[in-house]
Amino acid sequence: MSKDNQILEELTSKDYEHGWSVDMEVDEAATGLNEDIIKWISAKKEEPQWLLEWRLKAFKTWQEMKEPDWANVTYPKIDLQALKYYSAPKKSNKPKSLDEIDPELLQIYERLGISLNEQKKLQGIAVDAVLDSVSVGTTFKHTLSKLGIVFCSFSEAVKEHPELVKKYLGSVVPITDNYYAALNSAVFSDGSFCYIPAGVRCPMELSTYFRINAANTGQFERTLIVAEESSYVSYLEGCTAPQRDENQLHAAVVEIYAAKHAEVKYSTVQNWFPGDKNGKGGIYNFVTKRGICAGDYSKISWTQVETGSAVTWKYPSCILKGDHSIGEFYSVAVTNNYQQADTGTKMIHIGKNTKSRIVSKGISAGKSQNSYRGQVQVMKRATNARNFSQCDSLLMGDRCGAHTFPYIDIQNPTAKVEHEATTSKIGEDQLFYCNQRGIATEDAVALIVNGYAKEVLNQLPMEFAVEAQKLLALTLEGSVG
Amino acid sequence: MLTIKNLHASIEGTPILKGINLEVKPGEVHAIMGPNGSGKSTLASVLAGREEYEVTEGEVSFKGKNLLDLSPEDRAREGVFLAFQYPVEIPGVSSTNFLRTAVNQVREYRGLESLDAVKFLSIMKEKMKLVEIDQKLLSRSLNEGFSGGEKKRNEIFQMAMLEPTLSILDETDSGLDIDALRIVSNGVNQLKTSENATIVVTHYQRLLDYIVPDFVHVLYNGRIVKSGTKELALELEEKGYDWIKEEADAASV
Repeated sequence: MSKDNQILEELTSKDYEHGWSVDMEVDEAATGLNEDIIKWISAKKEEPQWLLEWRLKAFKTWQEMKEPDWANVTYPKIDLQALKYYSAPKKSNKPKSLDEIDPELLQIYERLGISLNEQKKLQGIAVDAVLDSVSVGTTFKHTLSKLGIVFCSFSEAVKEHPELVKKYLGSVVPITDNYYAALNSAVFSDGSFCYIPAGVRCPMELSTYFRINAANTGQFERTLIVAEESSYVSYLEGCTAPQRDENQLHAAVVEIYAAKHAEVKYSTVQNWFPGDKNGKGGIYNFVTKRGICAGDYSKISWTQVETGSAVTWKYPSCILKGDHSIGEFYSVAVTNNYQQADTGTKMIHIGKNTKSRIVSKGISAGKSQNSYRGQVQVMKRATNARNFSQCDSLLMGDRCGAHTFPYIDIQNPTAKVEHEATTSKIGEDQLFYCNQRGIATEDAVALIVNGYAKEVLNQLPMEFAVEAQKLLALTLEGSVG
Repeated sequence: MLTIKNLHASIEGTPILKGINLEVKPGEVHAIMGPNGSGKSTLASVLAGREEYEVTEGEVSFKGKNLLDLSPEDRAREGVFLAFQYPVEIPGVSSTNFLRTAVNQVREYRGLESLDAVKFLSIMKEKMKLVEIDQKLLSRSLNEGFSGGEKKRNEIFQMAMLEPTLSILDETDSGLDIDALRIVSNGVNQLKTSENATIVVTHYQRLLDYIVPDFVHVLYNGRIVKSGTKELALELEEKGYDWIKEEADAASV
């Protein structure tokens, strides 16, 4: 026991690995939130009038909304007037190629372990990196553009492809959707845009790395993915944030549109700063992610590995509008120390013969709280809808909590909905068994946890799966005591 | 190789072992027998370093080291292997992956380079024959959905892979049919060398028909009350444990 306590002590006092920030000259908005700030952001980004009007409409909507409080999380009220809503590295002046990107910026990414240069050459992944509010560089653009694929920063898309942005922006997550989505719509600074033309299978994984650098800046990025008929794309999102005392708000919106026979795979590995061992600091991750399977036989698949953030509050969802469309949600959410997570999904069956599958694996350690919240809704005309949900919780220690909140709403009698849930503990027996074979406790925990999460990790692209496995082990180090 | 002196151990304040003395030399097979609740499995667990048991008195030296000072994983790396009576299940972790982690951690401790996948698999194939275990079984989650016989065979297979110097078989015969018992025993016998030793913990003598012990010890009420050779086991089989209990109880009055 004392040995485990010692390990626990050592490792929980270990600092967040990505906890550093770089002093850069930044171009930022004044503190606070009002119409003028929104106009300032829009002007800064040289946006067209329609977008400014859209933002202002969102802001008006937001002002009439109330901050929701139904999630199973507690945190001090965020003073939204104390935040800055735009922060851009000053030197980053629209790079045309990677060579023009500020070396200091590139260095940040290298410390994070994603060198754009290297990624460009090695992995065959196109990366659109978002540092605070501006997208710093997009690799592989040329290769992609030959296929007619658009993969660029959101601001660039507004300039280069306004008709596409105008058509799809807010079509999946309307500005009225929820408090944080409305806020995002008013103040979003940048993000990624991805368009796959009909019949094109994107030949590489598209990847965005988000990173929060400046203090007291909310990051409000906006991602829009449009997959036209019979196209395919796999999209990766990874996040890290430097260590800070004040909590930082991250309220992103991701919208996915899948036309007939299109397939979109969206994978996230989220590693925002979780706060220290006493629960001080950390990111509030309040994100709205939703995809619509608009066409028949389309498919959207969400895979997420959530290891970071002080508070995670998100439900990547699918609207299954097209007949025979398929929605999937695979999730591993890990909480340690004082982290809180309330995450899950919504599967809305509208079309006939639609199918959804939910696999959620929660892991709680320390004094953390981990909730799965999922909704399966089968509408009147969704004949023969099928859903399978599996929600597992793994507890480590006796001071954490796991909660499951399934909501099922069936309006068509032909629906088949299954829900399975299990709760287990990492047993002393399992650990001792591993120890007896010569495996150290830390490695045993990693082994057991990875085994438990395997079904979800298997959904991730190879290089992401490896990273995710390491993150799981890192997050849970010393949590057995 | 293993010297146990006056070992006392308790669980949650209740004394279970009350002064065990035992000397095991390389090449020897010792059988520990005894009625239920005599402390047989406790002895096995204490030697392997299970934390629930508190050693209150005595010494255990293993290859010149104080075994009780070592963590469970270091004991394993030093060469102590426990074949569990009830092997645990680890969902999602294949036996192969589990063993590769184990073998490489043990090798690292012993200053050997870690085995790559190819080498590991070829050694595995070799050792699989010993206990007639199927590769398919090894790619499944560790012990999950295994039959009793498969679990025990897997234990002996792990023993073969880890090449321990001291193997402790805790009721390895329990839940085995006669064929499985033969296969498992056969594996254990083939692994026997003049350098390693085996402690067989069992309630019944039938296992000892297959794994022939050099010494048989009877554990009763936390002490070894009688030691002898193979013949002692046969006597126990015939007469049961009551006469031993009576002898021991009379002696302690």
